[in-house]
Parts: sequence; structure tokens; C-alpha cells
Amino acid sequence: MSFDAVAIRADFPIFDRKIRDGKRLVYLDSGATSQKPNVVIDAESNFYRLNNAAAHRGAHQLAEEATEAIESARRIVADFLGGKEDEIVFTKSSTEALNLLAYSIGSAPVGNKFHLNAGDEIVLSEMEHHANLIPWQQLAARTGAILKWFEVTPEGRLDLSNIDAVITSKTKIVSLTHQSNVLGTINPLDQLVKRSHEVGAVFILDACQSVPHMPVNVADLEIDFLAFSGHKAVGPTGVGVLWGRATLLAELPPFLFGGSMIESVTMTEATWAPAPRKFEPGVPNMAQIVGLGQALNYLSKIGMSVIHQHEIELTKYALGKLGEVDSLRIIGPLDTQMRGGAVSFTLGEIHPHDVGQFLDDAGIAVRTGHHCAWPLTRKMGVPATTRASFYLYNTTEDIDQLCESILAAQKYFG
Amino acid sequence: MQLDNLYQEVILDHYKNPQNKKLSPNYDAQVHHVNPSCGDEIDLNITIKDGTVAAITWNGVGCSISQASVSILTDLLIGKSVSDAYKIFDEFVALMQSKGTITGDEDLLEDAVALAGVSKYPARIKCALLGWMAFKDASVQAQSKG
Repeated sequence: MSFDAVAIRADFPIFDRKIRDGKRLVYLDSGATSQKPNVVIDAESNFYRLNNAAAHRGAHQLAEEATEAIESARRIVADFLGGKEDEIVFTKSSTEALNLLAYSIGSAPVGNKFHLNAGDEIVLSEMEHHANLIPWQQLAARTGAILKWFEVTPEGRLDLSNIDAVITSKTKIVSLTHQSNVLGTINPLDQLVKRSHEVGAVFILDACQSVPHMPVNVADLEIDFLAFSGHKAVGPTGVGVLWGRATLLAELPPFLFGGSMIESVTMTEATWAPAPRKFEPGVPNMAQIVGLGQALNYLSKIGMSVIHQHEIELTKYALGKLGEVDSLRIIGPLDTQMRGGAVSFTLGEIHPHDVGQFLDDAGIAVRTGHHCAWPLTRKMGVPATTRASFYLYNTTEDIDQLCESILAAQKYFG
Repeated sequence: MQLDNLYQEVILDHYKNPQNKKLSPNYDAQVHHVNPSCGDEIDLNITIKDGTVAAITWNGVGCSISQASVSILTDLLIGKSVSDAYKIFDEFVALMQSKGTITGDEDLLEDAVALAGVSKYPARIKCALLGWMAFKDASVQAQSKG
């Protein structure tokens, strides 16, 4: 069956509503959050209607069903990523997943593989989202570790020319984005993962912008940890995933403490349940976890390669059409080689907020600002950008409307 | 077009020809304010003489709303007593928070009433207030210096 974005759109009820006085919704902000298909909305509400009980606790039928619902979602996530069930930790967001890593590593005692000494190095890049920057800044501040980073070239690619000087024998952690949420750049991981492991560092992948949009297999990538969020992958808000190699999760100390993450507790001390339970204290966001499972099933049924191909075609089309607009500057790679469907741009002297407001009046939803990657927008020499980001329900017609409205905005503010 | 309620002519005029947008070297207080969600930034210098706002100069980057709003502010508040300036400040903040339920006192706010449409766009209110909050901060600092 060939890919049909218009037919797919029918699965997403939000596209039935009108925007700003009866206009068709042109949703180009999936990089911020994706829309939800009926199967996800139904899975979430049906959990509350039919199966709601505290998972992993209780001796009654509902508790069994809730537990099974969550554990089957865990199997779905594991299969989706090419990992094992016990390697999937549910968090409330990918931000929490990355913070979990930073805090857990920071609390690793002497003798633990993850223990950081002053002078150990943490490697990032200039294109990181704040969620994969600030937790490491803070960890460095707490431990005396040193923050290093790869620079970004004017074309919006990682500058790996000095890879051996950035990742050194002192490097303990390398944490990089798979795909930039601003530039759309997909980073080449082979060389980075290989170098990280050569020096004994763990490699962490912020996959928020890649897992929802293309096939990502943790075994093929040979990475150590990966974080992504449900809500960018047509899943619910309030659920994120941390995948980690089983041997590493076993050694990593827990981050949050409380119910159901323990093995045994006395008044003075406690021991931990094995991973992933060790990292999941409290009653989890069950309905959201169940919804995420259905979201990934939905994407799998369509096929991640097909979705990625569709987005590459949209991106190619958008780069071509936007490239024809006078004084429009694309911030990021100008071709679709190793590039995903987030296209940021500036429009002459017109501020992105004004562009965004004008587009909104035409029913077009885009993101404006620094996209939680302030060091990157500074590096690219712009105070802010407008970003259009594409997903499986977008069409070339959406991009035509975007370009038309951009031309109208130039007239309005000119 | 609904958008015209937001982008009144006077706003676009101030945006294209901002008033007092050049930081003076002399001032009683200088502040730097940012809008962390969008990256808009403003530097604002203020001089207060004998209880009167003698000078406000500024520089910054931001959208038309934020830039026009601070330009209008300087036109409006320079030469006013600090107590009158605060009355105008309070009226403007109330207008911004009104969700479109009030139109603003034109005698008091003059050109600033053109920003009334902003109050219907929750995401833009902080744009309109950026320069005003910088003014309030700077004026308090200037007065506390005596």
C-alpha cells in the first residue's frame, strides 16, 4: 500500500476542527509535539474506563490487568527500539530520562563504573536541546567534571574534525542529539560511538527528534543509553522512555526513591529491585504508558522507513520552495542528506514572533523562538528562528500554504 | 483581517521608527531584561531628576510588539513625574492582563492603547510587557540610589 498522508490525517481527530475563524489546520509544529490518533486517545481513556488500578500492586483482577497493560507496552517499546524489555525504563518525559542519567551518574560511589572525579570530561555539542545540556552543566558543577563540546559548522553540521581532541581518555560521558530540533541535522553516530567506546566513555543518545521519525535500532547503533518522549511520537504527554544496556542499568544507582523500586527496606536502609523497576518509583503514568504502546504500534503498522521517506520528500519540497523566497535564510543543511524534517529559517528583518503570529492567522501552526537551544541560535548568529516541522500527516499542500503565507507576511510587515 | 486588531498602524510605525533607541552614556540605572521563552532582550537606561523621568534610552532585539511597546513607553513616560509614570504603568499592565475585556484609558495611555489587541493573544503579552518591566525595574533602582 502506498503512503497516503491525507488518509492518515483522518486518524487524527484534531484535523477535523477549524482554526482562527474557520481555517483548515496546517500543523507544522510536530517537532514540539505531535498530534494524536484515535487509537492512542482511545487506549488512554479505555485504560481509565476498564482497567484502572495501581500496577505492580494489589491482588485483584484490575491490578493484574493494569500490570499486564504496562508490561505489554514495555514489550512494544523494546521491540520498537530493538532492545530488551528489562532495558526499558518509563519516565514522565525524555527530559526526566536525561536528568535521571545525570543524577544517577552523579551519585555513583567510588568504585562504580559511573563514578565521576573532578577533571573527568563530559562531551556534548553546540546543537543540544537545553534538556541535554543543562543536566550535564549541573552535573559538572556538582562533581568538578569538565564540560566539552563539538562545535557546529555554518552549514549546521557537527564539526568532527577534532574528534580525538574532544573525546579523550578523560571522557566519561558523551551525550549527543541524534537529530537537531532546530537544524534538522541528523548526526553521524558510527564514528562518535566508536571513539567513545575506545576511550571507555558511555554514549547517550537524545533521540527525541529521531525515534518518532525514522527507524532507530539501539543494537545496530551500539549506543549505551537512549532517551525519547512519547508525545512527539503520536503518543500521550507525561511519558518518556529511557533505554539502557542491561549491564549498565544494573550498575547505575537509582535516581528517585520510593514505593515499588525496592527489594527490601528497614528503618535505616534499603536495597533496590532490579532494573527497570529500580528506576520507576511510585505508581507510573499508566494510561500514558499504555497509550504510548498503541502509538508505537500505530507507527510500526505504517512503517518507520516509509514515514521517514515521506518526511524526506516533504523536506526536499520545502527546502526548494522556501529557497525561492527573497531574503529567507534557512538555518540548517540545504539538502536532505542526513537531514530530518525540521526546517528553521529567518525572514529578513521580520521577527520570527511576527512571522509566527501572521502564519497563525492563516491557520498555520509553527514554532518560533530559540527552540530551547539558545547556544545554537547564538552560534548561528540569529536571535530566534521560525521552524516548520513535518510528520506523517503533513502534505506538500501544507508547505504550499506555508510559502504563500510567508510571502503575504513579507508584504504585511514590509 | 483579525490580525489588524493586533498590529495596529501605530505599532508598525513605532516598530519601523523606534523612539529613543540609542543607549545614552549617562544614566542613573541600567537594566538588562530578557524574555526567556523567545530570546528577546532589552537594555534600558533611565535618568530620574527631582522626581521626574528625565530620560529613558534603550536598545534591544525582539518582535514588533516588544519593540513598538518600549518605543511607545519612552514617548509616553519621559517628562512625567515618577508617580504619574507608575499610574500609567499600572493601567498598561491591567490592560495587558484584561483578555480583551477593556480598551484602556486613552487619556492616560495615549498611543499605548494601540497595544490593547495584544491582551487577546496570551503568548504575546510578555512581549508587550518586556520594556515596561525593564522600566519599572530601572526606575526602582534609580530611586533607591537616591
